[in-house]
Amino acid sequence: MKYVDEFRASPAAAPLRARLGRLGEALSARPGTVNIMEICGSHTMAAARYGLRDLLPPRVRLISGPGCPVCVTPPGYVDAAIELAGRGVTIATFGDMLQVPGSSSSLAQARAAGARIEVCYSPRRALELAAAEPAREVVFLAIGFETTIAPVASLVDLAARERVANLSLLVSFKLVPPALRAVLADPDLSIDAFLCPGHVSAITGTAVYEPFARDRGKPCVIAGFEPLDILFGLCGILAQLAEGRAAVENLYRRAARDAGNPIARAVMERFLRPAAAYWRGIGVLPESGLVLRDEFAAYDAEKRFGLKVGAGREYPGCMCGDVIKGKRLPAQCPLFAKRCTPADPVGPCMVSAEGSCAASYKYERKGGR
Amino acid sequence: MKRAHDTIQLAHGGGGLLSRNLIRDEIVPRFGGGPLEGLPDAARVPMEAGDLVFTTDSYVVSPIEFPGGNIGHLAVHGTVNDLAVCGARPRWISLGLILEEGLSLDLLGRVLDAARDASAGCGVRVVTGDTKVVARGQCDGVFINTSGVGDPMPGFRLDPASIRAGDCILASGTLGDHGMAVLSARHGIDIRPGPTSDTAPVHRLVEAAAPFAPHVRFMRDPTRGGAAAVLNEIVDGRAFGALLREADLPFAAQSQAAAELLGLDLLGVACEGRLLLVCDDAAREGILAAWRARPEGRRARCIGRVDDRAGTVRLETVMGGRRLVDVPQGEVLPRIC
Repeated sequence: MKYVDEFRASPAAAPLRARLGRLGEALSARPGTVNIMEICGSHTMAAARYGLRDLLPPRVRLISGPGCPVCVTPPGYVDAAIELAGRGVTIATFGDMLQVPGSSSSLAQARAAGARIEVCYSPRRALELAAAEPAREVVFLAIGFETTIAPVASLVDLAARERVANLSLLVSFKLVPPALRAVLADPDLSIDAFLCPGHVSAITGTAVYEPFARDRGKPCVIAGFEPLDILFGLCGILAQLAEGRAAVENLYRRAARDAGNPIARAVMERFLRPAAAYWRGIGVLPESGLVLRDEFAAYDAEKRFGLKVGAGREYPGCMCGDVIKGKRLPAQCPLFAKRCTPADPVGPCMVSAEGSCAASYKYERKGGR
Repeated sequence: MKRAHDTIQLAHGGGGLLSRNLIRDEIVPRFGGGPLEGLPDAARVPMEAGDLVFTTDSYVVSPIEFPGGNIGHLAVHGTVNDLAVCGARPRWISLGLILEEGLSLDLLGRVLDAARDASAGCGVRVVTGDTKVVARGQCDGVFINTSGVGDPMPGFRLDPASIRAGDCILASGTLGDHGMAVLSARHGIDIRPGPTSDTAPVHRLVEAAAPFAPHVRFMRDPTRGGAAAVLNEIVDGRAFGALLREADLPFAAQSQAAAELLGLDLLGVACEGRLLLVCDDAAREGILAAWRARPEGRRARCIGRVDDRAGTVRLETVMGGRRLVDVPQGEVLPRIC
């Protein structure tokens, strides 16, 4: 695969491994551990898939942060989607929402019991489903961070233009910078640097991380998702720490421009406005979500169906909240790989293709490393 | 014990952990024991005239036609391969058709042509069959069941318990192509050239390995759940494990592209014409050479080794780190075969 294989090339890994080692030695005088938080679930998964934690210098830890959209979505959201399905609505969703447990059931279980749940690889599929059956309501589960918000929100535009009147969105969009502020505000966490999400940054640009580098002294390095990208990004972070600097550095220029994507941000601005949002594991954060503007209320499933999305009920003992914040490793949850497995998950971190527990279960369990 | 599910989920058919649990909890307690012991792909049963090897399989693939073949090819190859990996020479098969009202006769003709051509290509004969038609909506186009019988080949003593640390794990060709072809066709993923199913018989690869039979510990065609499911199954509960080398895994570029797009690991995706074989080190080069001399074995590779890390399958990645290769979970790909 062109443009992919190059970033997985074995020979290029050796010099990066050596550089990580040298930087690790340069940092060895530093007291305690060096805690790097990778915010994005795709980084979490890629690091596990390529065994990258094996390659970190001693005392350097890579901690997973709150960047898996499915994981931070509260069970009440799943409950609302199941309730809609029960009212005869077709639910269109990306695949990783299927197994996410609500308070008492999941969309997969609802589907087995007869609900119409359609897995989509593109939001456009929801529009096609709605156009194909005008007499049936279709609701797209609109969750995600900056990366996916614009294309999903533009469904509203497409539906209006193509006069599809039976499509609406159940919106639970979230923004990355407020989550980083929450992580830094937590007294139990001590994060030294952020490995910033490449695709979120492709939309936001570098400016959103400036306050974290400038005011809080945390190196912020934007990296891509291939294993060499991640090793390169980690080298960038350790180099800053070794030199005592803290800057925003974009090491994913082939996809993320420093200015981000102004067109996508204009789409978000046109259809959405900031609002407080509930994050699993973190709670309500002001201005941390985006909801549809009032003039697009007809496309807002909550308003259209008179629904109120609550927090819902989490499984007793589930520590996804702590895992999402990076306070605990997946294996430190007593339910991990026992009561909670990908086949029968109780928490969202075990379900999502980007969840820390799923990554750890899939790639690091049983001393797999 | 409390069941995790009260109804059948699609994932129960995915070939992963839920499939295994369903068979363990519902089938084995009722029918287990005898030739079914250990759940081989085909059972060796004693008859008055000598042993025969017997297997059955049902085919519900969706879509019915996919790049590289159709359900007719699969129905023959799948059953032939189940016999072959148990060390049998496939001889006779049955063909049971369940047809949905409204099925195009042209399509049925193509499916039957494929079954005829595939059985001729495998050197087996369809000798009995059955046809049922159900009302629209009661099946999806055409479902097929085939059973097959074969003669045991002398020399093979296949038993996962005989596997030792240091043994080699061989793959006869690229992995995951069938699953990616079906999935791409099903979801209209338009990659050109796209993935093509590897549906093919493996019994000639088994015959090619027969001169090394005393060195061969285990063979399996990695269908649902792919190579990951097969390897996890053989190390499960044993004192050995497997370490694969990512750099040595044979993958087709088209399948890799499609898997990348869908976020799938090709190790967990089905093949329908490949053979995984575990042998001692002495036989490795001989078997690989014999396979590579055949068109279907051209890309055969040694993909890893058996080691003493009990019960786990691991991968040394192209970056130099290691990670677990888990049993595929959930609805990897329903109706893949």
